[in-house]
Amino acid sequence: MRKIDYTKEPLLKVEDLKQHFKMNRNYTVKAVDGVSFSIWPGETYGLVGESGSGKSTVGRSVIRLYDPTDGKIIFDGDDISGKMSRKTVEDLRVKMQMIFQDPMASLNPRKNVGDIIGEGLDIHKSYKSRDERTAKIKAILKKVGLAEEHISRYPHQFSGGQRQRVGIARALIMNPKLVIADECISALDVSIQAQVVNLMKDIQEETGTAYLFIAHDLSMVKYISDRIGVLHLGHLVEMGSKDEIFDNPVHPYTRSLLSAIPTPNPIAEKTRTAIPYDYASSGIDYRKGTYHLIDGTHYVKCTDEELKRFTEDKQ
Amino acid sequence: MDVEVIKTYLPLYNEAILLTVRLGWFGILAAFGIGLLGSVIQYFRIPVLRKIAAVYIEVFRNTPLLVQLFFIYFALPKIGIKISAESCGILGLGLIGGAYMTETLRSGLESIDKIQHESALSLGMTKRQVFFYIILPQAFSVSIPGIVANLIFLLKETSVFSTISLMDLMFTSKDLIGMYAKTIECLFLLVIYYLIMLLPVSVLGTIIERRARYAQFGD
Repeated sequence: MRKIDYTKEPLLKVEDLKQHFKMNRNYTVKAVDGVSFSIWPGETYGLVGESGSGKSTVGRSVIRLYDPTDGKIIFDGDDISGKMSRKTVEDLRVKMQMIFQDPMASLNPRKNVGDIIGEGLDIHKSYKSRDERTAKIKAILKKVGLAEEHISRYPHQFSGGQRQRVGIARALIMNPKLVIADECISALDVSIQAQVVNLMKDIQEETGTAYLFIAHDLSMVKYISDRIGVLHLGHLVEMGSKDEIFDNPVHPYTRSLLSAIPTPNPIAEKTRTAIPYDYASSGIDYRKGTYHLIDGTHYVKCTDEELKRFTEDKQ
Repeated sequence: MDVEVIKTYLPLYNEAILLTVRLGWFGILAAFGIGLLGSVIQYFRIPVLRKIAAVYIEVFRNTPLLVQLFFIYFALPKIGIKISAESCGILGLGLIGGAYMTETLRSGLESIDKIQHESALSLGMTKRQVFFYIILPQAFSVSIPGIVANLIFLLKETSVFSTISLMDLMFTSKDLIGMYAKTIECLFLLVIYYLIMLLPVSVLGTIIERRARYAQFGD
């Protein structure tokens, strides 16, 4: 079993990240509005939330596909939130990789698997000879459960699960410290999802990579994550360890989310009621909330009165 | 139909097709250059230039080549800009073709998933590398059917050159008919020569299109 040392410096520290998109003069979309969290080396941080809650935006801001509007991102000791030096960019692009949702759309259809996976190596010139490059690619192919002869095939010749393995191989070949997995299993079949998630877990055991696992499938998040953050409308409303969130959800949004998970037992499933949650009519204002400690590492973003109401509601 | 007549006219037609192909070639080259530039401007939404490109496209797509040529050939000299007939032809063809090519290439560029851009960036490519190595090649192969259609359209449009006294196929035929009244022979030759010029382009286009599609999706 891997152990995460929470006393060490976190690998990624996001502080009050804001990502706003200006649509026109009077309208700005606040996709992410003040999100803070940390990821320690070797752990999996699950980011959950409904569509449009800003979870993908967080991932893309962290890997700097977007320029954050405000806030601080410290990754492996480097500040990567503002303008980065050439060296920092180079470092970031090696140490942090991303796995995308749709494996077909994110692989270059004109390149074979060897070149797709080797792209990172080519860009950062991290090999001495062609043979070394090929050896590295073959090793990673084997690691993700593909065969060596797949190296010369094209993305369209693979099934969905295999394509996502290629996507994972591409991310892992640089030995990244952090991998951002943006809905990386939601485009796959359920049986394939399990394969891919198990593969990711195995690789984590082996290499000690940290994951930022972005998903809306809560049962999958529960399975893979060590700690979880619940995102809604660009605010991190509740965070804590996996057990804290699942055993003792405090925020009504989290409770509503968890109540929506179907149970495998058909008799229990019949009586399962989903708790409705509507932000507009709930009277909660995320912007006013501050983080309140429940216990351990479990925090809820709310005001004092709201916290009182949440705990009363629970009983 | 008189075969002897056709034989005597052949050299004239040979000369005319050479002129048509030469002007057409340069015109298409210009059109392609303008199209590439215009589509890049539109794709990256470069301010100001983007507006200019939009106006240019609308003006040249919505007026006939004939009118454009008349404007360049007869109106511009009035304000002191004198251009030879051949340059006029190339310019006119380039401008109208550029407008069409811009739209064709832009649609190709925009058909490429945004995630291609993002995944290449996350691997550490620079924005320029992403555009030239990832986006453009894919966009190009998507645009090939449109580009081939444009090529054929532009080569056919060269028939308008006859109106500004360029000795192209159309002009030669009209002239010969006017002088010798061998209508059937002349028009027959005209059709044949246009086919000789355009069929290979069409066939080549189909072949390239098929190759490009293999490389692209396969399924």
